[in-house]
Amino acid sequence: MTKIRRLVLDVLKPHQPNALDFASALAGLGPDYHITLTVIEVDKKTESTMVTIEGADIHFDDIKAAIEKMGASVHSIDEVEVYGTGPT
Amino acid sequence: MIFHKNKHLVLHSLRAWTIARRYLITNGFDGALTMLGMVTGFHASGMTELPVAISACLGAAIALFISGLSSAYLSEKAERENELRELEQALVVDLTESDYGQASRYLPLLVALVNGLSPLLLSLLILLPLFFAEQLQALPSPPFINAMVVALICIFSMGVFLGKISKTFWLWSGLRTLIIAIVTVAIILFFGHSL
Repeated sequence: MTKIRRLVLDVLKPHQPNALDFASALAGLGPDYHITLTVIEVDKKTESTMVTIEGADIHFDDIKAAIEKMGASVHSIDEVEVYGTGPT
Repeated sequence: MIFHKNKHLVLHSLRAWTIARRYLITNGFDGALTMLGMVTGFHASGMTELPVAISACLGAAIALFISGLSSAYLSEKAERENELRELEQALVVDLTESDYGQASRYLPLLVALVNGLSPLLLSLLILLPLFFAEQLQALPSPPFINAMVVALICIFSMGVFLGKISKTFWLWSGLRTLIIAIVTVAIILFFGHSL
């Protein structure tokens, strides 16, 4: 059994929702989610962002679904921090 | 909770509100001015048969409703689809199930309803003195004049609303639209009496 503590995602998003709304929506998915969003590059219609999610038990599927719901896409998982909670 | 879940869709709707507001004024002004023109024309021609005038005005109001509804829906849907396609190309993803996809499906309907209902509701409001002509017999002015006054009030109110949007002096903005309406009435009366 494992739990994800930290995730760094490369996310390509449209300009709307803006970085604040986008990060707030992700933060609302978990009781202790801590989100850091850095805009790497701004294009005519899109923004390349680096999203760092920290929490005691991060649900990647929920995060990915929320990102896609907002019209963005996960390009890659750049960093993960996972810990084991004992044998399954 | 529902609001929270659909927060981004609501944000899209709020952005669409500025488009809908533009349509509200444009087509509302169209409707009010058309009704003003019709009742002025009936008054100038000396029409006394109210049912005929009401039928003609209602016909025009319904045509304005259908025209506003369909034209805004078709143009807005085309715009939204084009916008969505461009965004999909930029993001290289299918946005059908995203908030953008939902917005591009529902917002044309919202905008179309505003565009269709604004002339219809304003027209019905302007026609109220004709509908209630019997009950308003106590008034010294004839029903067509009453309808013209209601139309002028509606047009002035739209000008005031425009003034509020543009944050300019509301009275000047209202008077500007009122002058347009009065000029229209003057032209119709001129031609009505000279024919």
